[in-house]
Amino acid sequence: MSDAGGIQRIPMAKAINLGLRRSMERDNKVLLMGEDIGKLGGVFRVTDGLQKDFGTTRVVDTPLAESGIIGTAIGLALAGYRPVCEIQFDGFIFPAYDQITTQLAKLHYRSRGALELPVVIRVPFGGGIGAVEHHSESPEALFAHTAGLRVVSPANPADAFTMIQQAIASPDPVLFLEPKARYWDKAEVDVTAGDQALDLGGVGGLHTARVVRPGTDVTIAAYGPTVATAMAAAGVAEQEGHSVEVLDLRSISPIDFDTIADSVRRTGRLVVAHEAPVFFGAGAEIAARISEQCFYSLEAPVLRVGGFHAPYPVANIEEDYLPNLDRVLHAVDAVLAH
Amino acid sequence: MEFGVIQSDTQGETPHVGTQDDDLIQLLTITGERVHQQTYSPLVEHLDRAALEGLYRDMVLVRRFDTEATALQRHGELGLWPQCLGQEAAQIGSGRALAAQDHVFPSYREHGVGWTRGLDLRKVLHQFRGEDHGGWDPADHNFSLYTLVIGSHALHATGYAMGVQRDGDVGTGNPERDRAVVAYFGDGATSQGDVSEAMVFAAVNDAPVVFFCQNNQWAISEPTERQSRVPLYRRGSGFGIPAVRVDGNDVLACYAVTREALERARSGGGPTFIEAVTYRMGAHTTSDDPTRYRSRAEEDYWRTRDPIDRLKLHLVAEGTAPEFFTALDEEAEAFGEQIRDYCRSIPKAAPSRIFEHVYAAEHSLVEAERAWFDEYEAGFATEGAQR
Ligand SMILES: Cc1ncc(C[n+]2csc(CCOP(=O)(O)OP(=O)(O)O)c2C)c(N)n1
Repeated sequence: MSDAGGIQRIPMAKAINLGLRRSMERDNKVLLMGEDIGKLGGVFRVTDGLQKDFGTTRVVDTPLAESGIIGTAIGLALAGYRPVCEIQFDGFIFPAYDQITTQLAKLHYRSRGALELPVVIRVPFGGGIGAVEHHSESPEALFAHTAGLRVVSPANPADAFTMIQQAIASPDPVLFLEPKARYWDKAEVDVTAGDQALDLGGVGGLHTARVVRPGTDVTIAAYGPTVATAMAAAGVAEQEGHSVEVLDLRSISPIDFDTIADSVRRTGRLVVAHEAPVFFGAGAEIAARISEQCFYSLEAPVLRVGGFHAPYPVANIEEDYLPNLDRVLHAVDAVLAH
Repeated sequence: MEFGVIQSDTQGETPHVGTQDDDLIQLLTITGERVHQQTYSPLVEHLDRAALEGLYRDMVLVRRFDTEATALQRHGELGLWPQCLGQEAAQIGSGRALAAQDHVFPSYREHGVGWTRGLDLRKVLHQFRGEDHGGWDPADHNFSLYTLVIGSHALHATGYAMGVQRDGDVGTGNPERDRAVVAYFGDGATSQGDVSEAMVFAAVNDAPVVFFCQNNQWAISEPTERQSRVPLYRRGSGFGIPAVRVDGNDVLACYAVTREALERARSGGGPTFIEAVTYRMGAHTTSDDPTRYRSRAEEDYWRTRDPIDRLKLHLVAEGTAPEFFTALDEEAEAFGEQIRDYCRSIPKAAPSRIFEHVYAAEHSLVEAERAWFDEYEAGFATEGAQR
């Protein structure tokens, strides 16, 4: 069924669904677990139809217990399975934070490589959908700060389709952050792409950043939900006579600094945009490294655009909190003014 | 046992936990007849017809509020609405057993409990309209803010109860002084570590806390048997906590078991776990589609157990005049209108709210970001047109 048609125009949620399906077909050790992922197909319908086709032992509706989900996934992985866990919303990952950071992230290291923990944790993350509290957070920095975890986020359906399969194939635990505001954005996906896509390294590998729009005056580095905002900003800047290069980082741990540095050496200016609070965020790490590596190429300080040092606000003012088009453009103008 | 739950075909492997247990406390049958129960009947004896009419009014008005809020969500006035439809007896019965000085820690659909605390229900709308993270001051009615992270407040309730204990407000025999704390949560919440940890702390400390679990059969799409292989109230015994299972659609029984549990807590007897067996007649929230996971037959079965209809049958048999019901219908209609008007009048949050109350004392980073934002906003207002 998933092999029907080569290139399909589908939304990201469907692309992830197809990627999960491919991984489950390929390897019968892959199993899905989470709250409401069976009959309901998850609250965002990402796992729609999978329980029907793969049964209740491979698509497991778990009790309402996040620590339990991740903790038992660790045990399943130790027993040779490849669990793909769904955490229903970003704000509900914290009951599992202990299992993720003190156990999942560290067992490979502690066992001096004897143990592998191929666990994927899928998390719909980020804001912009008008939700109530705890449904719009971007907690990636907390996890990127934890050694032993890989953290990635697709920004478009094609990447989502490939990256989820790569994440499942990864021998390391991967936090797979799904930009929920982009779940319904459609784009073309080659759903018959073969297994070469599973290569973790190389061009297009799970941790490779990509130039999604070439430009010469400024680089905007973004990932997940913010890539689309950066693209929109680049479009507007072009009308004002500025050529903006947009990078989709795709991976937050590790970060592909080479691609960013290459770009900055060409443009001389860098803006980093993400929804998470700027303070101690991914942008802070990028700004510091790029300042070290590209000091003589930079023509302006690296600017960051992101969330404020405040809890994610109520829905009706989230537009003022998020790095929207205007705030990204404001930063682009500021680096250009140098 | 007439309280069997129709087996949904979800998962399909196990009989529903609701089916075999006979320990359900009931004081009013589904056709409205009083049942005598040795321990609990005496606790409702003082409720005369006027008092029962009061409970009925509570349930009708809360349902009207809930229906109105659901409609407001459909009209785009609320972002989301978690209905309490069907759970009115569990909430009103337990809530009306509370004393003013008792403190409540709710989840997010305890609108009926809020009502019994004297909370202006319109304030509940602020959070779901996306204008506030709370909406009321917990101190005003001893009713904490709603909790969206499942189960975490069971621990807060337990800790609060430990504070009450330290304040010497248990076991004094003074009904004005002795206090208890109640945590409300769902069947799904019982799977959370926090809820188990709360029961551990409550038990070993003899904390004056009542765990009131509304088993409405579903945690979004997951039936109770995906959370537990035994009736939930049996959880209590493993922790050393007395537990009781009550017909959650029977307002009298809910009142009685809660009253008993509260009295134990206030007198220094420690915690109680109550499982109120009820049904979420609506969707999980307005974003949910229950037709994906449960059957019409199941919903129909529970419709015949509607907590409001049951009390109405009883009241009619007891001689409540038709005028009472007509007048109440009119009151409910006016109440609905008030809610609608109020909802539309909730002022829009100012963007600067982002920076308010992040800390209780000044924080330089927040101040700096606020200053940046103000300047950015001001600049945008004047330069914006140039773009
Ligand atoms: C820690 C956590 N995980 C997941 C969720 C998402 N979620 C919201 S309500 C809900 C089901 C709750 O079921 P239950 O505890 O039975 O209460 P009910 O909604 O039935 O009243 C879930 C899974 C959450 N809010 N918090």
